[in-house]
Amino acid sequence: MTAQAKTVIPGDCCRQAGPKSFKTVREYSIHQLSCLRPIDLTASLCNNGLMWEYTDKVKETFLKPKNVGEIPDADAVGEVGSIVCGDALKLYLKVDEKSGQITDAKFQTFGCASAIASSSALTEMVKGKTLDEALQLTNQDIADYLGGLPDQKMHCSVMGREALEAAIADYRGEPITRKEEGRLVCKCFDITEEKIRKVAIENRLTTVDEITNFTKAGGGCGECKGDIEAILRDLWSLKQPEKPLVVKKLTNLQKIALIQDVIETEIRPGLQTDNGDVELIDVEGSRVVIALRGMCTGCMMADVTVKAIQAKLRELVTADIIVEVQS
Amino acid sequence: MSIIYLDNNATTQTAPEVLEAMRPFLSELYGNPSSMHTFGGQIHRKIEDARSQVAGLINADPSEIVFTSCGTESDNTALMSALEINTRKKHIITTRVEHPAVLNFCHHLGRKGFRITYLPVGSKGELDPDLILKSVDDETALVSIMYANNETGVIFPIDEITRILADRGIMFHTDAVQAVGKIPVNVQETMIDMLSLSGHKIHAPKGIGALYVRKGTRFHPFIIGGHQEHGRRAGTENVASVIGLGKAAELALRNLDEERTTVSRLRDRLEQGLLAACPDASVNGDTQNRLPNTANISFEYIEGEAILLRLDEHGICASSGSACSSGSLEPSHVLRAMGIPYTAVHGSIRFSLSRYTTAAEVDRVIDIMPGIVKELRELSPFGRDRLTCPKQE
Repeated sequence: MTAQAKTVIPGDCCRQAGPKSFKTVREYSIHQLSCLRPIDLTASLCNNGLMWEYTDKVKETFLKPKNVGEIPDADAVGEVGSIVCGDALKLYLKVDEKSGQITDAKFQTFGCASAIASSSALTEMVKGKTLDEALQLTNQDIADYLGGLPDQKMHCSVMGREALEAAIADYRGEPITRKEEGRLVCKCFDITEEKIRKVAIENRLTTVDEITNFTKAGGGCGECKGDIEAILRDLWSLKQPEKPLVVKKLTNLQKIALIQDVIETEIRPGLQTDNGDVELIDVEGSRVVIALRGMCTGCMMADVTVKAIQAKLRELVTADIIVEVQS
Repeated sequence: MSIIYLDNNATTQTAPEVLEAMRPFLSELYGNPSSMHTFGGQIHRKIEDARSQVAGLINADPSEIVFTSCGTESDNTALMSALEINTRKKHIITTRVEHPAVLNFCHHLGRKGFRITYLPVGSKGELDPDLILKSVDDETALVSIMYANNETGVIFPIDEITRILADRGIMFHTDAVQAVGKIPVNVQETMIDMLSLSGHKIHAPKGIGALYVRKGTRFHPFIIGGHQEHGRRAGTENVASVIGLGKAAELALRNLDEERTTVSRLRDRLEQGLLAACPDASVNGDTQNRLPNTANISFEYIEGEAILLRLDEHGICASSGSACSSGSLEPSHVLRAMGIPYTAVHGSIRFSLSRYTTAAEVDRVIDIMPGIVKELRELSPFGRDRLTCPKQE
């Protein structure tokens, strides 16, 4: 075994430095072993019988997956997951420049049968679609294509959807919302609050177990389960999941315009009556950065104000918005 | 399609002789061994015969054998008993690689306020007995260490451990569920206070186990009720299965040599065949000190459940330590405790043979496995020297 590429301090180092700071995947995985995971759960060597919950379509797709391999001159590549977490997917797309149509799609997947089947399904589904059409696909669509996935394996379909988003962002030259930017909730599987909110909204998830099934968050040491519960409580106190929920598909420009509009008409007038004010600084994915002005600066109630602004934006723009104050 | 069953550490087929011995007790001989009449009473004698057979397998006295419902019950009983008979002592020493029957029970005790020391193991899954010496103190009620590991087959130095503990008067329990019937276990030579064994790992049916309790060891029952098993385990006896366990123990004793020779040779043939045919494969665990029937092999860069499902297509049964097949989202706690990198843990497969395994079956697996590994590697974005595909570098 060769020495590690560089000295690393145990802790959150490899998350910050990222896998690229290691020479090989093996070194990265050895490092993560010593650095991240507490071994306090027994994962015994008994098969849990999940294999027998697979539909025939999942099995068939797993045994004979389509579109395997890489596209050497791909126009877009989307990569999600890691070997440490137990599954990873690399999606390659060939896109027709004029029509924006996906002319070819291929994948490489490390993972269990349902991860491989989901990847194959994804590539079949996106072929022939334009990028905008492809973005309309949900993880549930992938699961449906396969005749359904066992509850505990839904995260495989979520991984497919994420790879697609990453590939399209890559094609469009958009910055991929990097994991490290959101608040980390699940340290075992590297899951941020942002992702939990997003998946919860898209799939109307209300329990911690469901979040674990769809994102793996909470499935390791389990320390973050309380945190996940709090996020869900916060999320659904604003919107009831029972109601048919339409996640608005806004382009970035539309979203920024709408946020600006809400701040101008719904938020600022109220603050101004107390001699306070707020300014929109930036919008990045679901993160909205604001600056408090006037009497709001240094106000003891600033936290409450920010929460109220967030609640308003979640109500009127999209439910996954996270408001942050510029420091 | 015929089944190639290489998952004998999970469970074994009931031996035909065992089933035959059990049959009358499932039909005409239905009496309760506790009854005063001859019809019931005759069953009692058969149970005592079975007790002698089980005792014979580990060279114990029949009175030292308590029948239980399974290995887990035996383990739980042993741990609880040690704590009950000495309520001032609140410390247990065990290892990080125990079976969940011990490990999760220790977690439970830990939450109840008991102090638990989990000993680490080395990269080959080996245990340093000196660590025990460093961990014992005045509060130590029990040391519970498995005889052999169910995932890797690695055998722990039980003899040496008992010698260390003997001078100190600390009780010692071993979960010997995987060892009994595969390697010689002799409680006359090794100062074990309590030992757990399970029927369905030695070709008896599921739902029967036993706990050996050395004569003179203070004991407190786990299941309380009737006077059965001399008040050491209440509940009407699972008669047919007790008889089955007796027969299985007799057969196991007779076949011990075969385990060391035939089974071990077949295991080596399988292991060497697979290592030669599949690149980036390696054995987990100390190959010099292992159960004769177990091979735990990591096929790097691919995932265990996927391998199992492909093997299943050919009727081949094995197990994996990967996250996907563990029922948890984390991979095998045993392989992680050994420090096996994730690249290898996720692709670990355990093959466990029995005396019913044939050379033809082994050769068929050696034949099929390389194709599966190759195909899944072609699917995988990972490889020996790269984080991702070479294209990006």
